[in-house]
Amino acid sequence: MPVRATVRRSFYQDSVVLMGVALELRALPGVREAAALMGTPANHELLASAGLATPETNEAAPEDLVLAVDVETAAAGDAAFAAARAFFEEHRRARESTGRVLPRTLDSALRQLPDANLATISVPGAYAKLEALTALRRGLHVFLFSDNVPLEDEIELKQLAVRRRLLCMGPDCGTAYINGIGLGFANVVPRGRVGCVAASGTGLQAVAARLAARGEGVSHGIGVGGRDLSVEVGGAMTLLALEALADDASTDAIVIISKPPAPEVLSRIEAAVGAIRKPVILCALGATGRPGAPGTWVSTLEDAADAAVAIVRGHALAPRAFGDPAAVRDRLAALASPPGSRRGGLLGLFTGGTLAHEARLILEPWLGPVASNVGGPAAGAHRILDLGADEFTRGRPHPMIDVSARDARVREAGASPEVGVILVDLVLGRAAHPDPARSLAAAIRDARAAAERAGRSLVAIGSVVGTESDPQGLAGQVAALEAAGAIVLPSSAQAARAAALALRPELAPAMLGGER
Amino acid sequence: MSLTSLLGQPLRVVNVGLELFARELEADSVVVVHVDWRPPSGSPSVAALLARLDDAS
Repeated sequence: MPVRATVRRSFYQDSVVLMGVALELRALPGVREAAALMGTPANHELLASAGLATPETNEAAPEDLVLAVDVETAAAGDAAFAAARAFFEEHRRARESTGRVLPRTLDSALRQLPDANLATISVPGAYAKLEALTALRRGLHVFLFSDNVPLEDEIELKQLAVRRRLLCMGPDCGTAYINGIGLGFANVVPRGRVGCVAASGTGLQAVAARLAARGEGVSHGIGVGGRDLSVEVGGAMTLLALEALADDASTDAIVIISKPPAPEVLSRIEAAVGAIRKPVILCALGATGRPGAPGTWVSTLEDAADAAVAIVRGHALAPRAFGDPAAVRDRLAALASPPGSRRGGLLGLFTGGTLAHEARLILEPWLGPVASNVGGPAAGAHRILDLGADEFTRGRPHPMIDVSARDARVREAGASPEVGVILVDLVLGRAAHPDPARSLAAAIRDARAAAERAGRSLVAIGSVVGTESDPQGLAGQVAALEAAGAIVLPSSAQAARAAALALRPELAPAMLGGER
Repeated sequence: MSLTSLLGQPLRVVNVGLELFARELEADSVVVVHVDWRPPSGSPSVAALLARLDDAS
């Protein structure tokens, strides 16, 4: 049975709604593959590469909905399209039941809410600049979740924001906390006295969740987007955010979370940090402060949170490689490969780009070069993938919402003699998948069983960014992964170190002895 | 508007894009108006043109 497709003209749906439809259709009997997408140029490429393009879908415009299914019978195709119609009808009814008339533009929304102070924008990247420019011109601060926004658009937006003294958080800003309220992907954490400036959504989530675990909270977590500290953007929002937190009465200490800034940008940041009369912790993954540089420099997200806790409580910071070295040793010993069995390399599958980057930095001194799409060589025995990178998210939701791509790769690893250790992160919180551990645990089980059938052993090591107050609940998610045989560490940094140990048990004296 | 119009002030939000984010804010008792956004007819280049026109106005 060939592919069947239908196009609904001028019927825009957001990517989260579309993912819901596609998942529902894929679960129907007789449906091998299903796509529900808007007819953007990028999506036309996706349809073609999935073998789901037809002459009809090729005609679809960006505002047109495309439904395409690969089905076993004509009846299965009819049933799929009927199910999609019912899904959208139900969605429309749920919306209308609120009795509200939704505005079609930002300007008409402002007529309903004239004293709005923030625009949260998550339209596809090609359209993000127009919406964000409009918001800034109307005097609104902006949380810009959209990714795939051109660099020149980001520069223009941030220059305007700086002139108007407005925050432009993003583009590609996954997470922020303003007045304790989470925006985007946010863990449910207590409000507290630590302010954050973050060029990374998951980095901010990891720090906020760790602060919560240690009994502290976030005053504000200002996201700036991953390119803010580039030469081109010049740290425009980082500097404005530092100024805001320096003046904020509810903030006692400030944590900066980023990748290494461009050298000329770093000197500007250092000058700003030096002028702030509050303690500042800098976690610029991969960079260390030069002697005499202002602020407290740390090398992992976990240490950043722990340093903030120590500083606001007036304690000394004592970083350790593992919270519980004996437990790590015991778990790894129980998983030791049978003598003579071959073990492959590392495959890191991350939903958080910063966690992926941090893991690579931790692993390389122990394992040698680690290939990845977040720096380092393109191929090698050890690989780390940031599945939230732009190249994986065109036309589909972020892997924190749509976990299917990661789960599929975990299963593939089970069949690959090249993979001996899988390292994963799981990021919980508002807006994330409601139960990501369930399908990941099933994938880990399948992968380990497949490896075992082939006479190999596959070790799964992970960490969960989350809190007990998150909708998914931290303890339950950890328990589900452990029940599938995964070793779950309290932080991504510890998980990366455990992965190095699993591959090179001879490192145990150096790593478990507490040295970094 | 300035930096002090956000930090320390009650959030009042216009949400453009994923409806999920509006629902999450409502769950936090934040006042939010969700925009029923759809792309301008034509292609993304039309959006770029609109942004430029708005600049000139």
